[in-house]
Amino acid sequence: MLDYGVNNRELFPETKSDGTVDIDLSSGKFVKVWQGPQHPGITGNMSLELTILGDEVMESKTHVGYLHRGFEKLMERRRFINNFPLVCRICVPEPDFNEYCYAAALEELAGIEIPENAQWIRTLILEMARLQSYMMWMGGQAGSLGMGMIGQWVYWARDRVLQLFEELSGARIYHIYIIPGGVRENLPEGFKGRMEQMLQDVENVLKDVDRVLFHNAVFKKRTIGLGYIDPDWVDEYGITGPNARAAGFNRDIRKNYPYAKYGELDFEPIVKKDSDVFTRARLRFEDARLSIDLIRQILAKTPDKGEFKAKMPSMLHWKIPPGETYVKAECTRGEYGYYVVTDGSGYPRRINVRGPSYTHAVTLAEKLMVNVNLADVAGTLVSIHTYPPEIER
Amino acid sequence: MAKMNYKKRWADLEKRIVVSPEGEEFEVDPMQDYFCDAKPRVHPPNKIAPLEKFANWCRAESIYILGFGTGCGAIEMRPLSSAMYDAYRFGVNWRATPRQATVFVIGGYASVKTMKRIVRSYEQMQGPKFVLGLCSCTINGGMYWDSYNTVNRLDHYIPVDVYITGCMPRPEALLDAIDQLKKRIKSGRAEGQNKYAENFEWYKANQKKIIKNWDMPDYSW
Amino acid sequence: MEQIIENIKKQFTLSDVTTAHGTYITCEKKDTVSLLTYLKDVEGFKHLVLITAVDWIEDNKFQLTYLLNSPKLKTELGVRTFIERSVWPEESEMQSAHHLWPAAKTYQRELHEMFGIDFPGSPEINDPLILEWWDDIPPYRRDFDTKKYSEETYYPREGRSTNDPSDYMKDQLYPREGEKNA
Repeated sequence: MLDYGVNNRELFPETKSDGTVDIDLSSGKFVKVWQGPQHPGITGNMSLELTILGDEVMESKTHVGYLHRGFEKLMERRRFINNFPLVCRICVPEPDFNEYCYAAALEELAGIEIPENAQWIRTLILEMARLQSYMMWMGGQAGSLGMGMIGQWVYWARDRVLQLFEELSGARIYHIYIIPGGVRENLPEGFKGRMEQMLQDVENVLKDVDRVLFHNAVFKKRTIGLGYIDPDWVDEYGITGPNARAAGFNRDIRKNYPYAKYGELDFEPIVKKDSDVFTRARLRFEDARLSIDLIRQILAKTPDKGEFKAKMPSMLHWKIPPGETYVKAECTRGEYGYYVVTDGSGYPRRINVRGPSYTHAVTLAEKLMVNVNLADVAGTLVSIHTYPPEIER
Repeated sequence: MAKMNYKKRWADLEKRIVVSPEGEEFEVDPMQDYFCDAKPRVHPPNKIAPLEKFANWCRAESIYILGFGTGCGAIEMRPLSSAMYDAYRFGVNWRATPRQATVFVIGGYASVKTMKRIVRSYEQMQGPKFVLGLCSCTINGGMYWDSYNTVNRLDHYIPVDVYITGCMPRPEALLDAIDQLKKRIKSGRAEGQNKYAENFEWYKANQKKIIKNWDMPDYSW
Repeated sequence: MEQIIENIKKQFTLSDVTTAHGTYITCEKKDTVSLLTYLKDVEGFKHLVLITAVDWIEDNKFQLTYLLNSPKLKTELGVRTFIERSVWPEESEMQSAHHLWPAAKTYQRELHEMFGIDFPGSPEINDPLILEWWDDIPPYRRDFDTKKYSEETYYPREGRSTNDPSDYMKDQLYPREGEKNA
């Protein structure tokens, strides 16, 4: 009988002089483990093919495509306005960023000016979407490290945000409130009061989360130093959003390239240095608080009445002159962009959706998972906050 | 033709010789050694009616949902299990592996790549098993009726017991569907598993038409 | 921005510069990668936003767009290049840019799969990213008919009717005389 103890070096592969190891599956020393496509935490329907030695990941390969619906092809065969029910379905937790980017791209190409009031309401919708998405992420991050209770709390708070979305648009998930030319309707009566109530509820939950998650010895011990993203990778790997901000880069599209009404709001992007899982979690948590602050500012500045929609041409005969443009917005995961090419007909020529997870989940995750323990893979994956439908579309 | 090397990924399913850490050599043929190729069979109801009724009551009151979010419908599953909708009070529970689950909720559209995993997960579930088709996409393709990568009718590939319409259905709709499913199970009408066994060849032909890399046995026990 | 384009023009031939909605420049196929290298190393366009292709089937051309972002100048620059559009199953070819940005690998894999544009030398370029065992025309090409493929493959459920929206609305709003009386 062979000794399976740690000291038996025969069980381990040889380490070469530069510290690397040749991965040879037939030697029987490595094991291949698939994480996914059943949901690993809240990261969606993707899978990581992990080669492990002991319980350490040696190699990781991302497989996506389980949610591919061919949006970019489908959009080419629908009119501009018919595409609106489609775009919000590209990214399920944050449909509003899709709606905004698509609407803004069409408006830019067609040369349509948006009324002031509509701009404010758009900004409000985008911030609400950011808040509820962060809530969802918080549940996933805590749950992936074994703290299910946080998930129960924040999902209750998220439902409070969704109730307000429901009041606005009639739907919990796919709102289609932002439409080309403005928004669908003015804010209903008494909406601002209910919003304030909701914000206070959410703040109370966030206080609890702060105490239980970020001052938790287990969470700290497991996440500090885990999943380090080198600042050098940020440009090479196309890292944007909170992941880049946690690495010390001041990259916030809301501040640097103000869109909608972000230019008139008073805020500073949160930037941190340590760039590990804990720092990214903390940054997102503080970003959710910043989002609450921004919603308060927006509510104070949004006019109660006014035009909410620009004069639009007949939607059925809407043709947009040839051109190409790229419109981007800061979503919770990073830079969300729409590259739209038109050729003068009633149909778009090509729409390319640039989701932030595209680079995060494939190239970055493959690099990040190396030398992570198997138990921490889910937590690391959630901490870069990927969402697969926007990778494969 | 395309230069995509599809074959490479599946090399570990070919016959090979494996050396154990003890130095022993043995031949492995994954397709033969790992799988059993028996066909599923029909399970008739118990001849003693009260016993069957009791068994159905037990099945209906312990609904264990497989935690596999196959499409965007999965986003409403988490709120369903949390404080505001709280499906646990109806005996609903979420399980991580197919072996422990009895109900498979297909959350919306199923792309071809996911369809393969759906078939495998469905077959790995222990009977009696039931399927809920969530969202319009499972009924007729929904938004993606003309997409080249999503199936239009789910009931051509696996049997479906209850459909839920809407895009996106609210959590209450899902609760209602679970209620309907319970009624069906209690009255002994949720026979999806037997339907699958009876029309096994037809289902397999449909599945093999779209899943081109069929590298698994016909029924994953 | 004008200064940068002047600088580029000193070294490369640009056939087209558009500034209507953001700046887009068109360069020749053989210059593309060296232009991207120049922009990344000298002008500070460090962030690769996306690589995508547009199928101009009428002109028998693929348009490749490399969208770059300069965090310092806070601006975006699109580099377009036109390559020959091959008839499937022949594949078009383009130089790879993966040595400049590792993230370019994924974009090129997707383009290879969805458009049939090959990037020789790019890592894992022949591994399928999204589809499994696809054996038809690459789906994002204009000559691939997704509706026809779907109807042939996926058993459409009867009862779905499709109306051309403009005709349908016209009929609803202004019914023709005969139908109005009936």
